[in-house]
Amino acid sequence: MNWFQSFLVSSLGQKIVMSLTGLFLTIFLIVHLVGNLQLLHDDGGQAFNLYSYFMTHNPLIKTVSYLLYTGIILHTIQGLSLWRQNRKAAGGMKRYVKTSTATSSFAGRNMAWLGILIFIFLVIHLKDFWYVMKFTSQLEMITYPGQDHEVKNLYQLVSVEFKELWVVVIYSISMVVLAFHLLHGFTSAFQTIGANHPKYMTLIKVVGKLYAFLIPIGFAIIPIIFYCCK
Amino acid sequence: MKINLKVWRQKNTNTSGKIVNYVVNEVNPDMSFLEMIDVLNGQLVRKGEDPIAFDHDCREGICGMCSMVVDGRPHGPLHGTTTCQLYMRNYKDGDTIYVEPFRAHAFPIIKDLAVNRGAFDRIIAAGGFVSVSTGQAQDANAIPVEKAVADNAMDAAACIGCGACVAACPNGSAMLFTAAKVSHLNQLPQGKAEATRRALNMVKQMDAEGFGKCSNIGACEAECPKEISIENIARLNREYIKAVFTGE
Amino acid sequence: MKLDSKIPQGPVGEKWSNYKEHAKLVNPSNKRKLEIIVVGTGLAGASAAATLAELGYKVKAFCFQDSPRRAHSIAAQGGINAAKNYKNDGDSVYRLFYDTIKGGDFRAREGNVHRLAEVSVNIIDQCVAQGVPFAREYGGLLDNRSFGGAQVSRTFYARGQTGQQLLIGAYQALERQVGLGNVKMYSRHEMLDIVKIDGKARGIIAKNLVTGELERHFGHAVLLCTGGYGNVFFLSTNAMGSNVTAAWRAHKRGAFFGNPCYTQIHPTCIPVSGDYQSKLTLMSESLRNDGRIWVPKRKEDCGKHPNDIKEEDRDYYLERKYPSYGNLCPRDIASRAAKEVCDEGRGVGKTGLAVYLDFSDAINRLGLETVKARYGELFPMYQNITGEDPLKQPMRIFPAVHYTMGGLWVDYELMTTVPGLYALGEANFSDHGANRLGASALMQGLADGYFVIPYTIGNYLSGEIFTKSIPTDHPAFAEAENNVRERINTLKNNGGKTPVDEFHKQLGKIMWEYCGMARNAEGLTKARQMIQTLKADFWNDARITGEINEFNPELDKAMRVADFLELGELMVVDALNRNESCGGHFRTEYQDNGEAKRNDDEYAYVSAWEFKGDNQEPELHKEELVYEAIQLQVRSYK
Repeated sequence: MNWFQSFLVSSLGQKIVMSLTGLFLTIFLIVHLVGNLQLLHDDGGQAFNLYSYFMTHNPLIKTVSYLLYTGIILHTIQGLSLWRQNRKAAGGMKRYVKTSTATSSFAGRNMAWLGILIFIFLVIHLKDFWYVMKFTSQLEMITYPGQDHEVKNLYQLVSVEFKELWVVVIYSISMVVLAFHLLHGFTSAFQTIGANHPKYMTLIKVVGKLYAFLIPIGFAIIPIIFYCCK
Repeated sequence: MKINLKVWRQKNTNTSGKIVNYVVNEVNPDMSFLEMIDVLNGQLVRKGEDPIAFDHDCREGICGMCSMVVDGRPHGPLHGTTTCQLYMRNYKDGDTIYVEPFRAHAFPIIKDLAVNRGAFDRIIAAGGFVSVSTGQAQDANAIPVEKAVADNAMDAAACIGCGACVAACPNGSAMLFTAAKVSHLNQLPQGKAEATRRALNMVKQMDAEGFGKCSNIGACEAECPKEISIENIARLNREYIKAVFTGE
Repeated sequence: MKLDSKIPQGPVGEKWSNYKEHAKLVNPSNKRKLEIIVVGTGLAGASAAATLAELGYKVKAFCFQDSPRRAHSIAAQGGINAAKNYKNDGDSVYRLFYDTIKGGDFRAREGNVHRLAEVSVNIIDQCVAQGVPFAREYGGLLDNRSFGGAQVSRTFYARGQTGQQLLIGAYQALERQVGLGNVKMYSRHEMLDIVKIDGKARGIIAKNLVTGELERHFGHAVLLCTGGYGNVFFLSTNAMGSNVTAAWRAHKRGAFFGNPCYTQIHPTCIPVSGDYQSKLTLMSESLRNDGRIWVPKRKEDCGKHPNDIKEEDRDYYLERKYPSYGNLCPRDIASRAAKEVCDEGRGVGKTGLAVYLDFSDAINRLGLETVKARYGELFPMYQNITGEDPLKQPMRIFPAVHYTMGGLWVDYELMTTVPGLYALGEANFSDHGANRLGASALMQGLADGYFVIPYTIGNYLSGEIFTKSIPTDHPAFAEAENNVRERINTLKNNGGKTPVDEFHKQLGKIMWEYCGMARNAEGLTKARQMIQTLKADFWNDARITGEINEFNPELDKAMRVADFLELGELMVVDALNRNESCGGHFRTEYQDNGEAKRNDDEYAYVSAWEFKGDNQEPELHKEELVYEAIQLQVRSYK
C-alpha cells in the first residue's frame, strides 16, 4: 500500500473521510435550503422553478452535484463500515448488562441509526422529486415572461405532494432526525480534522447547535406551510 | 447498610459468563468499594466458594489496575476517580449495584472482572517514547520549555492507562489513551524529533489491536479518572494529518 | 563467610570515578550473547531493563502486575532530589551526600551514598530528555521545592505525581526496547524461586499468574528490583500486591538480608477508619512545606471542632521542639512526635490516633488558588477518602508504614552474597541507613537502574562471556521448580478454613504493636513467639479456593503471606539484636528524653542475616561502617 492508501484505511483516515464528506454535505444543506425557501414566494412558483432550472443546467452546479452524489455514497458506506467495525471492537451489540447513558448524548450514540433513517428519507425524497423531474416527463412545461426557454413546473409537484398529510409527517420527522444527526455531526467533524482548541471550541459548539436547529426547522416549515396555508 | 451486588462471573477467557447475585451486609459508609468486595470475598472463601477475581493494586487511584464497570460506568458514578477511590458513602442502604468487567474486543476477559490490557503496552511500544538512551541527555535546563506547554503535556501525561476510556466508549476506541501519549510527547521539544513517526506508528498499532474508531462521543473524557480532555484527540488528529501529508 | 562490600579505594568523592575507570567491560558482540533477568519493573527495574537492553544485553523482564507501568513506584507523590543547585541556595553533591547520611542516622555506607548524590544530577537530565513533564517556572526552567531533612530546595516534581511521571518515563524507555525486540516482557508473572548452579544465580522459576503454570527462565545474571516489604504490616502505604517473595526466596537461596528492622513510618497518612481497611493512603510529605502540624494543648479540647480551637490553645509541637527544621524535620522524628502526643492523650479524631495538618496560614499567605495549584490532586484525594475538605478544616493525619530501608544485602556493585544475583532500589538495603529522607527513594531507584548497574554488572559479566546459555532441563531448574510446586500443593491441600487475609491482618497487628514505631526487648520477644504460632496456624488453616492451574489471586496472596510470616520473624530478631535507637528503629530502652540514642561504639554496623534453614536461628554477619569523609555525631534538627 502506498502512503495514501494506508491513510485511507487507517482509523483516522476513515474518520477524516467521514468528516470531510460530512462537512461538504452540511454546506450543501444551506444551498439546498436557500433554494427551497423560494417555494415560499407568493409568485405561483416562478422563482422556485427558475431556480431548479438553473440548478439542473449550470455546468458548474452539475459538476458539484456529481461530487454531492459521491459524497453521500461515501459518507453512507464509510459510516456503515465504521459502525460495523465499532460494534465488533466494543464487544458486540449487547455489551453491558446494565448500561448507562450518563456520559454520552443520544445523538452521539446513535449516529449510525440516525444516518440510516436519513438515508431512507433521502431515497424517498429523491424518488418523489429528483427522479420525477430528471427521468420522467410527468411535469408540465412553462415559459415565464422574459425567459427564452421552457422550465419544468416542479412547484406544482411540490404543492400536490405536500397536501398529503403522511408526506408532511414523514418530512417533518425526518428533519428531527436530521437535527440530531447534525447536533453531533457538526462539532464532531471539526474535532476529527483537529479543530478543537479552548479558544474557539465554544464558538464551534454554539454554531453547531444553531445550525442543527435552524437548518432542519427551515426545511420542515415548507411542507407544513404548504399543507396548512397554501 | 445492606448492598445487593450483581456481579459478572466468568471462569476464564473461553467460557461464557453470567451475572450472579450477592448480598453484603454491614457495609460501612467509610469503606471503599473494593474493601466491600474484599469483605464479600472473605465470606465466599469461608463458604468454600471461589472469590471474585478483580484487578487492583495501589488503591489510591494512580496505578490504573482496577477496572470495573459499576452500574454501566467504568470506575463508577463519580467524576475523576478510579474504582478504588469510590467510597460506600455514595450509596444508601438497600441499593443494588451491577459490577461488570471493562469490555472491548481488544481487552479479553481473564476471569470475572479481570481483563487483559496488554494492547496498551503494545501501543506504547510502537512509539510512545522518546528515543534517548541512558547517558545521552544534555543538561536538564539546556532547553527551556514554555510553562503552558509543560503544563499541557503534564495534563496529558497524567493518563494512568486504566482503559476506562475504551470501556466507556460505545465504539471501544482507544483514541483518548493513544492521543494522551502522543499529545504529551509531541508537544515537548524533547519529543518533537520523533513526532511524525510517533503519530503514525501508534495509530497503526492501535488499529491493529482491534480498537474501534473514535466518533467524538466524549464518554471517554467524561469517565476518565484523570479527566484527560478530548482536546488531546483533536491534537492527535492534527499530528496525524500533519504526519501523513507533510512527513517523509 | 566474610562480607566484602568492595568499596573502592580513595577519597569518597573519587571512589565512583575510580571504579568506573577501572571496571571491566564487555564488548558489544559478547553483550548480545549474555542474558539478564530483571524481576520487577518499578523505577529500578524498568530503568535497569531499558538501559541494559540499550547497551545490547538480552533482557527478560518480569512483573506481577498486568503491565510494567503499574509498579508501585507510580504512587510516589512528592518529588525527586538532585544536587543541581539550580536555586543557587548552596546545594552541592557533598551536601546531598551529607544530608542523606545524616538523615539515615549514620547507618549508611559513605561510598554508596556519595555515588547516589553524584548521579542524582544525571537522573534529572535523563528524565527531562525522556519527556518527563517536571514543573517549570515561567522562564521555562525547572522548578524546585524543599523537602524534609534538608535546608535547600533540591526537589524536582511533577505536580503530586512525580513517581508516576518518572515511572512512565522509565516504562516508555522499557517499551521502546520491547518494541525493538531487545527486552522480552513477562507481565502477570511472579518470581517464586532463584535457580543457582555452581553457586551462581542462573535463572528463576516464575509463575504465570494467568494460567498458573510454572516457567523456567535462564539468565547469566538475575536482578531483583522487587521493592520493599512494608506490607508485612498488612496496613501500609504500599500497593496491595507489593511483597517480599522474590527477595525472601533469594534470601533462602543464600542472599543475606540487610537491616530488616529498619522500617520507615511516614508521618503524613490518612488515619485508619475501621477493621475493613485494606491499605493506608499517604498524603505527600511536600504538604509539610506549607502545612503546620498541631494538636490541642489540652486533652479536653480534642473533641472540639478544630476551627473552634483558638490559636493560643494549639501546640505546634514540631515547631516547638525542632525550631530550625520545624515541620520539615525528618520522617522518623515527625512520626515519633505524633505518636508521643497521641500517647499523651492529645490525639484528635474518632480514634484519638491523629494530629492536624493545617493549611490556613498558607492559604492566608499565598491565597487559596496558589495552595490548590501547588498540591494538585492531593486535596481532592483527601476529601474523597474522608469526606472532609482540607481547605476548610485541617487534615487529620497519622503515621503509617511507608518504606523499608532494609533489604537484601548488596556490595558496592549491588550484588548480593549470591554471585550473579543483584538487588536494586528499595529491594536492597544500601543507601538510606536507618531512615530515608523524602524524595530520595525515586532518586535511588533510578540511580541504581540507569547509572549504577550498567557499569557494575559488566564487571561480573565480563567473566561470563564463555558461559553458554544453560538449558532449563538442568537438574537445578527441576529442583527449584519442584520446590515451588511442593509449597503450592502443601498450602492448597491443607484442608484449612480461614481466609488468607485474616492471617495477614494478625501478622500486621503483631508487627505494628511490637515492631512498629517503638520497640522493646520484652515486646519483641513476645512477638517472635506469636509470629511462630501464627505461621504454624497459617500452614494448617489457610484456605485457598479455586484451582492451581488457573488465574487465582487468592493463591498468589497466600504465597506472599507465607513469606511475610518468615520475614516478620527475622525483622523481630534483627530489632532485638540492635540494642540502640537509630532512625526508623526506636527502642524505648535507648532514649534521651524521647530522642533516639544511638550506640556508635557497638552498633555502627550493617546487620546481614544469613538463612540457615527453616526453623533454624539465622546467623548474623556484621559489616562495619567506616566513616572517613564525615564525623559521626548526634543527629540534631533542633
